[in-house]
Amino acid sequence: MNAPTAPFQTYITPPHPRALSNGKFKITASGVDVHYGEKHAIKNLSIDIPDRAVSAFIGPSGCGKSTFLRAINRMNDTIPGCRVTGDIEVDKHDIYDPKIDVVQLRAKVGMVFQKPNPFPKSIYENVAYGPRIHGLAKDKTELDQIVEQSLRKAGLWEEVKDRLAQPGTGLSGGQQQRLCIARAIAVNPEVILMDEPCSALDPIATAKIEELIDELRQNYCIVIVTHSMQQAARVSQLTAFFHLGTLVEYGDTDEMFTAPQEKRTQDYITGRFG
Amino acid sequence: MFLWTVLLIVLMAGIAYVAGRARASGMVAAGGARLHSLPSYHGLFVAAGAMIGGLALAILAAFVFGAQSFMTPVAAVAGGAIGAAPLYSRSSLDFRARNAFERVVLVVLIACSGVAVLTTVGIVFSVLFETLIFFRAVSPIEFLFGTHWSPNGTPASFGFVPLLAGTLLITVIALVVAGPLGLLSAIYMAEYASPRLRSVLKPVLEILAGIPTVVLGFFAALTVAPLVRFSGESLGLAVASESALAAGLVMGMMIVPLISSLSDDIINAVPQALRDGSYAMGATKSETIKKVVLPAALPGIVSAFMLAISRAIGETMIVVMAAGLAANLTANPFAAVTTITVQIATLLVGDQEFDSPKTLSAFALGFVLFFFTLVLNYIALRIVQKYREQYD
Repeated sequence: MNAPTAPFQTYITPPHPRALSNGKFKITASGVDVHYGEKHAIKNLSIDIPDRAVSAFIGPSGCGKSTFLRAINRMNDTIPGCRVTGDIEVDKHDIYDPKIDVVQLRAKVGMVFQKPNPFPKSIYENVAYGPRIHGLAKDKTELDQIVEQSLRKAGLWEEVKDRLAQPGTGLSGGQQQRLCIARAIAVNPEVILMDEPCSALDPIATAKIEELIDELRQNYCIVIVTHSMQQAARVSQLTAFFHLGTLVEYGDTDEMFTAPQEKRTQDYITGRFG
Repeated sequence: MFLWTVLLIVLMAGIAYVAGRARASGMVAAGGARLHSLPSYHGLFVAAGAMIGGLALAILAAFVFGAQSFMTPVAAVAGGAIGAAPLYSRSSLDFRARNAFERVVLVVLIACSGVAVLTTVGIVFSVLFETLIFFRAVSPIEFLFGTHWSPNGTPASFGFVPLLAGTLLITVIALVVAGPLGLLSAIYMAEYASPRLRSVLKPVLEILAGIPTVVLGFFAALTVAPLVRFSGESLGLAVASESALAAGLVMGMMIVPLISSLSDDIINAVPQALRDGSYAMGATKSETIKKVVLPAALPGIVSAFMLAISRAIGETMIVVMAAGLAANLTANPFAAVTTITVQIATLLVGDQEFDSPKTLSAFALGFVLFFFTLVLNYIALRIVQKYREQYD
């Protein structure tokens, strides 16, 4: 863990989090600032995110958690007036290095959005989209395999295997979100960023996605932004609490929800503000 | 007399408004209870009665006594009074003038849209009837399938196929020019241009769309046609001084702003979430546009093209000046051709007797033209409806 930098103190809960103890970090960020024009959205943020685990970002709206998530695969590049400074590394490679290929980065660091956004194409074509543009399949059989595997991993195969040619937009909200997860998996990412993936879904669909996230943890580094404290407690091993553009507290999820170090964290997770 | 009539109707409505409002306010003072509606609604309701009554009686009087008769303004005043009186007396504390006025608004709106629709229907039917008269002199089969058009010849022949061919040839040339130019510039404006550049480019393109076609027409005839002829001859091609190519090129330039402006709006309407989804998979900008944005915007783009085609088919001035009058049945873009609209214009220019087949053929051409654009617009509408909400 990077040394917390003054004046923004980050509390670590407990002092030696289990989830960080093996030292295999996928993403390391230090001294990151993000500006939207005049607005200073993230202030001197440092965090290490481990591989093969789910890390949850919680915090009130506008605290910068989604902004930081989008900084990890440079999706902020598409927003005019957004500037990112500081150092964010994925697998020890600085992703803001001018020499880096953003397209390759985003293939490695996939993203699932708040609102399911399947393309107006068939279910099959939605999943095949990524492998096609990256040339991952040599022929049709291989592409079929990738599509089937991705849909299986996303827990959607049994529901859609008989109607792969139908439009992805015709599925239910929860199915659409799992389709988007399948689509992200299809390009073999190593990191999956999820920006409130369940906020547009009903509790049953949410439970399915959470189950899926828990399975995907075996193979991927997953970062999830959520407004639901229960969701963070259920799916994540690590929790990071953001407030006003700073990282307030970061550590093992179970410890943080039972014994937070900082008063603001405690107030937020007990619902006293935010 | 007309001015007087209008003034008197307005005056009657004004008086009715003031009177109606005063009566309603007076009732509050007397009773102490609250009115259901504000006094001004009572006034408006009575004024509407005066306006409708005055108009109705004035129009009636104009028909009976003639518009210049002094009876018309008199009838306007009488009608205003007759229209306002029952409404005036209806007003009471719990009379719902506010809701009643809502119905007046509804009737006025229906009447206005009714006038527009009825006028269009009227035009269609008048063209249709003249066309039927034309078909008494010339058989529809000869008109629709004849390949020779010379309304001034002896004997006159009215084969419409060369005109259709000329129209289609010029439209196709225009589309070949305007389709790629318009669509690609729309993609540039919507996806690549900075917001500042776009805020300049789009109005400029829309100004281009506002150039009168007469100006484009003489530009086509005096600048583009000689240019086409000269460049054709230097390549060893025989080019007529008035060619389909020149007219088509300029017509293409005319519809570029139409296509690009409409397509730009449509591409902008594609949700950003779809682009984000594609970028997040590691797609480049052009891959995203080609595989996600354009397919999503396709129905709208198709309907923009359909609108552009109807515009091109109906265009007259450019073709009159640049394409010539010779009804040649040819697919050669370097030859002079003529179009349906050009023939309608030339048939009706100058002194005409309105019962000769020559003049009446203009109505038949107009009807066919109307039919074509109607079918195109219908197809465009259906395409849009079929695919509209796919990405919602």
